Amino acid sequence: MAKVTLNVNGTDHAVDVPEDQPLLWVLRDELKLVGTKFGCGVAQCGACTVHMNGQPIRSCQTPAVAVGGQKITTIEGLAQGGALTAVQKAWVDHDVPQCGYCQAGQIMSATALLRNTPNPTDAQIDSYMQGNLCRCGTYLRIRAAIKSAARDLNGSAS
Amino acid sequence: MSSLPENEYYPDVLRAEFDKVEHQSPIAAALGGPVSRRGFMKVSAIAGGGMMLAFGFAGSEKAEAQAAGGGRPGGFGGAPQPLNPSAYIKITPDGKITLYSKTPEIGQGMKTGNALMLAEELDANWNDVTVEQAPINQAVYGNQFAGGSLSLSSNWNLMRQSGAAARALLVAAAAQQWGVPEGELTTANSTVSHAASNRKASYGSLSTAAAALPVPAAASLKLKDKKDWKLFGKRTTGVDNVRLVTGQPLFGMDITDRDIPNLKVAVFEKCPAVGGKVASANLDEIRKLPGVVDAFIVEGTGKVAEVMPGVAIVANNTWSAFSAKKKLKITWDEGNASKDSWTAFQAQAKADAAKGPGAQTLGRPVGDFDATFEGAAKKVEGFYAFNFISHQPMEPQTTTAWYQKDPEGDKLELWGSVQIPDGGRTSAADVTGVKRERAVMHQNRVGGGFGRRLMNDYVCEAAAISKQAGGIPVKLVWTREDDISHDFYRSGGFHDFKGALDKSGKLVGWSGHVISFSDGWAATAPAPQGGFGGPPGGGARPPQAVQGGGWPGATDFPAQFVPNFRLTQTLYPLKIPCGPMRAPGNNTAAWVVQSFMHELSTAANRDHAEFLIEVFGQKQPAPAPAGGGFGGGFGGGGVNADRAVAVIKAAVERSGWGKPLPKGHFQGLAFHFSHQGHFAEVAEISVDAKKKVTLHKMTVVGDIGPIVNLSAAENQVQGSVIEGLSTLGLEVTVEDGRIKEKNFDTYHVARMSIAPPVIDVHFLDTDYNPTGCGEPAYPPAIPALTNAIYAATRHRVRTLPITREGFSIA
Repeated sequence: MAKVTLNVNGTDHAVDVPEDQPLLWVLRDELKLVGTKFGCGVAQCGACTVHMNGQPIRSCQTPAVAVGGQKITTIEGLAQGGALTAVQKAWVDHDVPQCGYCQAGQIMSATALLRNTPNPTDAQIDSYMQGNLCRCGTYLRIRAAIKSAARDLNGSAS
Repeated sequence: MSSLPENEYYPDVLRAEFDKVEHQSPIAAALGGPVSRRGFMKVSAIAGGGMMLAFGFAGSEKAEAQAAGGGRPGGFGGAPQPLNPSAYIKITPDGKITLYSKTPEIGQGMKTGNALMLAEELDANWNDVTVEQAPINQAVYGNQFAGGSLSLSSNWNLMRQSGAAARALLVAAAAQQWGVPEGELTTANSTVSHAASNRKASYGSLSTAAAALPVPAAASLKLKDKKDWKLFGKRTTGVDNVRLVTGQPLFGMDITDRDIPNLKVAVFEKCPAVGGKVASANLDEIRKLPGVVDAFIVEGTGKVAEVMPGVAIVANNTWSAFSAKKKLKITWDEGNASKDSWTAFQAQAKADAAKGPGAQTLGRPVGDFDATFEGAAKKVEGFYAFNFISHQPMEPQTTTAWYQKDPEGDKLELWGSVQIPDGGRTSAADVTGVKRERAVMHQNRVGGGFGRRLMNDYVCEAAAISKQAGGIPVKLVWTREDDISHDFYRSGGFHDFKGALDKSGKLVGWSGHVISFSDGWAATAPAPQGGFGGPPGGGARPPQAVQGGGWPGATDFPAQFVPNFRLTQTLYPLKIPCGPMRAPGNNTAAWVVQSFMHELSTAANRDHAEFLIEVFGQKQPAPAPAGGGFGGGFGGGGVNADRAVAVIKAAVERSGWGKPLPKGHFQGLAFHFSHQGHFAEVAEISVDAKKKVTLHKMTVVGDIGPIVNLSAAENQVQGSVIEGLSTLGLEVTVEDGRIKEKNFDTYHVARMSIAPPVIDVHFLDTDYNPTGCGEPAYPPAIPALTNAIYAATRHRVRTLPITREGFSIA
């Protein structure tokens, strides 16, 4: 067991967890932040994607003790003051979800993509989002929503 | 008629569930319609003001009382909801309209769809509406399952009539208040208006008065004409979308000890070869591991649909449970376990196909196939093989179960991500020896169904583990490896064809030999596993194929369209469990039939579309029974040649079929009818020198009657096309009674890069009753793709996955 202080969505949480316990299960079981999903446990599906200092990581393969002191953002921490982000809003506008289980991870990846690449091409979107599985097959809508969010973000920035 | 059309394939689990409840037009029934079981509609006042419109079936008041006594409020992770076990519509004086969706939401969009049907006839302003999952209580709500693409058609009348009844009550309340005839009043945007006196009243302000009025007579309820629809046919975003994109708890997997105090997490390890029993396990060692509460052997019921033997670990949290599971050392007794081998089945099937037709005839042969084939101008033959595949919804299987000892009779409470919640409730009750009326199921949003969660094995497991652990609440969590190793797989199988063309290139003879599987556990099976209905006119049921295997229906296309037709079957016993997967039976039948149809048109040197349309013109006598008609919800059972031709022609037109394409692009066409939906699809692909297939565009034209939510329908079709592409590359390898693949690193569910830039979805504007869209667009996507591969390469794909023939998908 190891003590670690996790900064999640701007709040510090002191937890005492096994050294090998992935961040995913601290978020879900200890902090009750269940928006981050368990899909495969081996970093193959992307459902567990969260941000560390703004960059996407697979929380199912990241030991919680390794991210002490880093800024962790989960799906619950995106919308500030109840206002959806451009990516979240695009997801609603394009009616992206079917079952919806993978979409938190998709949104975390898409948010990071647009932070790194404000105007992604289709090929850049495909390449960046390749690690996020959607069994329902909402890929065309995810692409469209990312482009729509990009326009929204670029418009508001200029 | 309260059963499903006999001439269409539905899994036995669905037929059984469907037959349990009444599907007659409920308001007609409530007011003395021609049914034996009388239902009732009632309106009641809410404490603090407002109205609640409810509908129930005879006897359901008792069931309501039981549900109220036996269950806690539905939902979790928020304020407890008031228990309104039979409510469809609740309107409060503040103008809020709460609509209750009776159907499990599995990604098919019915939580939004049910609400749209209620709101359309209610004339509600959609912005005033919130939607909640209704409690599971079939005595009150009628059918509550998500399967067979039936949710929309089976609720079409019920939802619209309920909306219309509530609207009529609000109109009557306004008429009384204003002293004017009801006929002078109009409704729109949650408001009743009287134009002559320029008066308006909101639904909220009328709701308390409306609650005191008698429910209107069915004959007085006039449903809207199509031209007056305001919500139907438009794109409406899903009612849970904001909750989904902000990560709110909705799914069965999201239940924690915040929702249920002292909740523990359970994992369950079963033999990798189905049927193996636990000989010994290192339980003492496991019990000492950190966070582990208990570990024990579960003997199980020996039925794959319930609980097979294994070792359960109960722990304080998920990671402790997963860590302990990895340290399990189990010696299995595989004496009675599966030894199934795909390699062996393939060899046997090829040999049996070479011998000629199967011993069992399906349906009624027409004409004389052998003589026709003998004298044919052209003979075409093809042996097709398709592998086993696995469902793999993104949410691994999970159920939370709490078995409790009780002096008044033991209780069982369940929280599930399930497609047949009441089936899960009753099965789990039976397995744990709890009286069914003492078991309650709470329905959570489902992280993908695809038919996997029509089976309730994991529900039964959770209940059994909670009981054996001494009555503590446990959330059973399957790992991805569990989910791939212990699925009810989409059956693999084989189909051997012979076809005869006359001198003019017309299809005159068709012989199909289905080689599939029967249930190898039949001796211990609870009920026959059916592939299709019994023979016409009754008599003994022929040997049955596993669910989703065999052939969907003996009268299926092209049975009624070829003058000399024969269909036979051979079944091999199989212990690997098979189950319904999205358009079960149809997703393989469409591939083989539509591929072979293309082989025939190619041999005849004719255009595929023109050839297919000609076949639909060859309708033979002895038409399919009219079928359908329950509640007006279904169109006729069986393929409708006019609708088929219409979608083929429209797909050809929209896709630019036969016109010049970009260099290196080729098209393939396919049609299939299933789940009351007629769909034609044209795939436009290219194949590179390394045999890598890229889909550039799929054109899909469907006829499913009027569309309730265009966005949801398009989403289902887009997903179906992606799944069709995915199917080309998927395989679970069955050898030595076990599955070789373990996780998504070896089981290659489609990723974003294979998705085409364009999926052109178009629905014909027809006046048939609306039918479901979750399944019927999937089957034809597969042969459209492989027919396009033929067009591009002159190589006929006769094996799935296409990787077995050297192809890959980009």
